[in-house]
Amino acid sequence: MSLDATGAREISLTIPVAPDMEIVATAQAAAVGEFIAMPHDKIDEVKLALVEACINAFEHAHARDDRVHLTFRVDRDEDAREFLEVDVLDQGKGFDQASIETPSTAKTFSGRQKRGWGLQIIRSLMDSVVITSDEEGTRIRMRKYK
Amino acid sequence: MSEVCRVSAERRGDVAVLSTDGYINNQGGEEIARQAYAQLESGAKSLVLNLEKTRIVNSIGISILIEVLEKVMDRKGKLVFCGLTPTIDKTFRIMGLAQYAAIFPTEADAVAAVSP
Repeated sequence: MSLDATGAREISLTIPVAPDMEIVATAQAAAVGEFIAMPHDKIDEVKLALVEACINAFEHAHARDDRVHLTFRVDRDEDAREFLEVDVLDQGKGFDQASIETPSTAKTFSGRQKRGWGLQIIRSLMDSVVITSDEEGTRIRMRKYK
Repeated sequence: MSEVCRVSAERRGDVAVLSTDGYINNQGGEEIARQAYAQLESGAKSLVLNLEKTRIVNSIGISILIEVLEKVMDRKGKLVFCGLTPTIDKTFRIMGLAQYAAIFPTEADAVAAVSP
């Protein structure tokens, strides 16, 4: 794990758009989480959020390089709280966040919309999520405090 | 690389207990559905899904579990879960699954809840 310009420790990983590659990403998240002695339940939350972010990229991005680029970063905020932050970056077509319909249990169980929960799950499991997207690609930056 | 979810089934009268081991993605969900529907066709009234050996369920897998749940409900049966990690429990509640399927800490509790 290397130090970046700000002193944060980070590691990068690139995975191909292929079945089950999201599990490779979760192994890295677990290793970095354990490195900072993050509780296992929190690591599990990061892993599941990461799975959903990768699946979104695999299914919707149509990345030009057929890859998803991940950065795992460990740092402290201005209050010295330690966190694990993961960037999930694709070089796909991007999406308009305003056009994403918020899923609901009622729609899910009436049979109209079983899918579409990924972003909701990510936001619920992580402490902060920032999504930036344009025609060059999408980055989901998600943070979990130790 | 492939993360295979193994599913085993055990029948206890009208109750079928399906136990998973591994990642529940689309393939894992479909295997659960296949075994669940086989149990329903062979007379099971209720299903217990024991996820004790599963650490990750993705939203595709959950969407398949919801289809299984709907089929059980159509037959006036019950589907309950047990052995969930805190993260899976939380995810099921986010998606509203817990409104339709009870969650129990242990398999014994779950079987008792759906046994006639």
